[in-house]
Amino acid sequence: MQFLLALIVAGPLLGAAAALLPAPPGLKGKSPQQAVLRHGVLVTGVILLAAIVLALGFDHDHPSRIQASTDLSWIPALDVRLHLGVDGISLPLIVLTALLTFLCALHSYFKRPEGPAPQAFVALILVLESGTLATFAVLDLLLFFLAFEMVLIPMYFLIARWGGKDRGPAAWKFILYTLLGSVVMLLGLLLVGLDSGTFDMVALASDNGRSLSASVQVTAALAIGIGLAVKTPMWPLHTWLPDAHTAAPTVGSVLLAGVLLKMGTYGFVRVLLPIVPDGARTFAPYLAAFAVVGVLYGSLACLALVREGAGGDLKRLIAYSSVGHMGFVLLGIASMTPTGVNGALFANIAHGLITGLLFFLVGALKDRTGSTDLDALAKETGAALYGRAPRFGGLLAFGAVASLGLPGLAGFWGEMLAMFGAFDPAAGLHRGAFLTFTALAAFGTLLTAAYLLLVVRRVCMGAVPEKAPEFADVQGYEFAAWTPLVLLTVLAGLWPAVLLGLTDPAVHKLLAGGAS
Amino acid sequence: MTAQLAASAEYLPQAQSAVQSIDWLAVAPPTVTALVALGVLLADLFLPPARKALLGRLSVAGLALALLSLLPLLDGDREAFCLQGKAEVCSYTADRFTLVVQLLVLGGALLTALLSMTAIRDSKNPAGPGAAGAPAATRDPAATRDGAVTGDPATAGERSARGDAAAAAQPLPAGEFWFLLLCSAAGAALLPASRDLATLVVALEVASLPAFALVGLRRGEARSAEAALKFFLSSVTATAVTLLGVSFVYAATGSLFLTEIAEEVTHVDGQLQTLVETGVVLTLVGFAFKTAAAPFHFWVPDTYVGAPLPVAAYLSVVGKAVGFSGLILVTVLAFPSYGKDIWGPALAVLAALTMTVGNVAALRQGADRAFSAVRLLAWSSIGQAGYLLVPLAAAAYTDDGPRTIGSTLAYALMYAVVNLGAFAVAALLARTKPLARIADFRALYAARPVTALVFAFFLLCLAGLPPGIIGLFAKVTVFATAVDAGLGWLAVVMAANVVIALVYYLRWTALLFRSAEGAEGIEGAEGAEGVAGAGTGAAGAGAAAAGSGGGAGTGVAVGGSAGGVAVLPAPVPLKVAVGLTAVVGVVLSGAPQMVLRFADMGLFGG
Repeated sequence: MQFLLALIVAGPLLGAAAALLPAPPGLKGKSPQQAVLRHGVLVTGVILLAAIVLALGFDHDHPSRIQASTDLSWIPALDVRLHLGVDGISLPLIVLTALLTFLCALHSYFKRPEGPAPQAFVALILVLESGTLATFAVLDLLLFFLAFEMVLIPMYFLIARWGGKDRGPAAWKFILYTLLGSVVMLLGLLLVGLDSGTFDMVALASDNGRSLSASVQVTAALAIGIGLAVKTPMWPLHTWLPDAHTAAPTVGSVLLAGVLLKMGTYGFVRVLLPIVPDGARTFAPYLAAFAVVGVLYGSLACLALVREGAGGDLKRLIAYSSVGHMGFVLLGIASMTPTGVNGALFANIAHGLITGLLFFLVGALKDRTGSTDLDALAKETGAALYGRAPRFGGLLAFGAVASLGLPGLAGFWGEMLAMFGAFDPAAGLHRGAFLTFTALAAFGTLLTAAYLLLVVRRVCMGAVPEKAPEFADVQGYEFAAWTPLVLLTVLAGLWPAVLLGLTDPAVHKLLAGGAS
Repeated sequence: MTAQLAASAEYLPQAQSAVQSIDWLAVAPPTVTALVALGVLLADLFLPPARKALLGRLSVAGLALALLSLLPLLDGDREAFCLQGKAEVCSYTADRFTLVVQLLVLGGALLTALLSMTAIRDSKNPAGPGAAGAPAATRDPAATRDGAVTGDPATAGERSARGDAAAAAQPLPAGEFWFLLLCSAAGAALLPASRDLATLVVALEVASLPAFALVGLRRGEARSAEAALKFFLSSVTATAVTLLGVSFVYAATGSLFLTEIAEEVTHVDGQLQTLVETGVVLTLVGFAFKTAAAPFHFWVPDTYVGAPLPVAAYLSVVGKAVGFSGLILVTVLAFPSYGKDIWGPALAVLAALTMTVGNVAALRQGADRAFSAVRLLAWSSIGQAGYLLVPLAAAAYTDDGPRTIGSTLAYALMYAVVNLGAFAVAALLARTKPLARIADFRALYAARPVTALVFAFFLLCLAGLPPGIIGLFAKVTVFATAVDAGLGWLAVVMAANVVIALVYYLRWTALLFRSAEGAEGIEGAEGAEGVAGAGTGAAGAGAAAAGSGGGAGTGVAVGGSAGGVAVLPAPVPLKVAVGLTAVVGVVLSGAPQMVLRFADMGLFGG
């Protein structure tokens, strides 16, 4: 098991190094480009397989226990240990990351990314995968920071080199915002580590902030919280996200929304809540308030974008909807109750699946029509995808209703549980304030439904024009890349216990300070 | 060198018995360097001009020998030139701090020497580097020997753009160059071992005086002379101020030995209190100047641009190390009791100012300006000096100051390796593009993939982002000292600076991977360069493979793509310098403990 986890974290790095080398004889394929893209599929496939085996071998009866753990000394001077392990909180995220990266590699294999040589593209994707997987697998604060930073450079280059319009400024905005956030986070992590004498997340979590003074906790929670909030992103620190999403290539958008944003919320659950609980409690009402503003702001921005004549960009719209969805996740976390945190983790996964699917679909739409501008797509009556490409239109509608939280699909449970949690927040949090937040968030779900249905109305419906240009329906490879996401969305919606059974005991343990 | 040591011992109160037994092993590193310097000077007299290249090899061998002489000292602390009667008060101590700084200084000098071998050869033969960029057909050996630049319009244009400077410049005088470099290195190696103020100042001057001459060594070049003068005047003023400070301290405490001052200074007469405080501040000024801390930094950019590139590299690493070890010795060993009141806050403000000034100025360097690459490295080195000052300032506020400054050493070691590496790559490129603009680095990846990857690795180490893991963790230790000392505001200023620095480092990194603009016009030059790069590439890849599997130095498709023109490999010393720094950087990224352990141990023995 340990080796499996180590392979999952280090494998992509080795794969990235290998991607830059010339293909060995016998594996040259049709062209170097094709060979390296195949290499990407192979490596991510192996990692996905390893992640699935890890999930199968995971002791589901004790999901709150850290399993498959490795603990080696790396830098004694800084007390940094190579401490890896998974529990019920990180396991779903690891599988999700491995899955999404594999699907992205598969997608790129058939649909070559437009831009410079694919060798670098594959290498960057693999480094990105390694960084995100490491974020979810490490149990040392400084390693967590290292993993957090590791994704910055690959994502920067993915946007800046393979992106669309305005990619340069968008890439800069992305990296500067997140770096500023993570450096501030580092200060908070150092404060915690130096004050308590260890950087080990397991030890710190079971200590549950008892060895940290109140002022240290508050300062650390603020610093760490800001860093994570930028990544999540929380309103008003979200402004990098729409630009980055709009400019990023399809694969970049999928990974950004599906995986990178989760690093922020995961950090809240793994670092902030258990390690500096008093600090977290101090800021929880503010976090909840910002989260709710994010929900409303995201939905209103989407409503503004979807209007006729607004010239809204579909990718940008989904990016803003991410701000709203992550608002629900943050609201659940801010409630500091098991219910809310479970909901947050569930919404995390659901958002990764659904938004990943939506970005794939919009990317495919852009490949076919050359534009993601809603007005250009919809013309007078609507883009009429139902008529021109029924399967494609159906999938898009599926993604939209899943995203708005239709019961029976994955989007429902997370947001509902998050609001349940906020309805009855943890002791010490002001009930009235949280009730207001819950009510506002509930209003946000209505707005979410409104704009997503409007999107469906404008993109999928409408009269098929006489001389509509050829619009290819879903291709074979697209089916292959999208079906797993659809199936998992349905599965998580119909059988939420699969996920909640994993996360619930672990969340209880974290919130109770290590006592399960 | 020994003469100077003897001179520094002259003031010792009691007359010593004529011969003091000296632990020659302890003083070997600076002594060997000084002796080799003299040897080179002598050899220069007898060698015919054609054989002058031998001097370079001699110097490199000498520096390697000096590095090896550190090995026997590892077993424990040694001392030399001690007071009679008080055996624990010594002028020269070889403890762990000394060894680390000597390793840094001599290693830095060795790498500088490797860079210089090529620089001196090229300066003798001005068309040499130009010809490297010229299409094969025009590389007529006769024309090369005459120094006439024909047939390569791009290079010729760049040369005329430089004005009369390069064309009129005479070759670097090999003998003087090597002598001065070794002299300066000997002073720099002596400095960390000095434990009294007189030796310290003498060592500082031995390290600096040859550096002025090195900067101005490009005879016939106006820029070089101006830079040397600027450097000289401001440095001499700083030294004068330091000496004034030292005299104040001596007047008040009656001792020049750091440990004795530390004791005496706590019970100075009330009347003399102001004198001591003034003395402390003035002493620090000189060292702050050498480290190029903010108000004393103005000489850096012009000096770096005017100096030969290897000398700029030398100043940016060894020159800084000299200033820092001096500052550390004076603050932590001599005036620990003044930490919280005087030098702690002063250094904290200096650190914040230095890093901000350096980074903001580096941010504003236009990519198309002549020498912008060197200018940017110069300004960024000021920014890095700011980070180096942080643990020093923090040492004032912690109980265990000597331990805290270990972070400065760890950071300095990292900085030395990657900065010299960056300079080595810049030197490699400056052979074909003498203007050394940042814009000249565009599309380096297409031409020389391995060099570009290595250079990107260096830049990211300096920025402190993965894959430059060692850079990241070195910054983390520095941050940790600030947080630990309660200097939260300084940590936040530094955090903002890290982000500012990322902008220009990453902008440069991104440029390496861009596609060439107007590929048509410069195709010929690019092609030749590509081939030249492939050679480096092969060496680098081999070295990287030998060193470590992971990281950015990983071997990459080499050769193959370079099209057609005659193979013109990069000079061996440059290849070795780039390869060496890259391997060390990658190995350190895998095992950061190798340097970071200095951040976590008591460095001063005895």
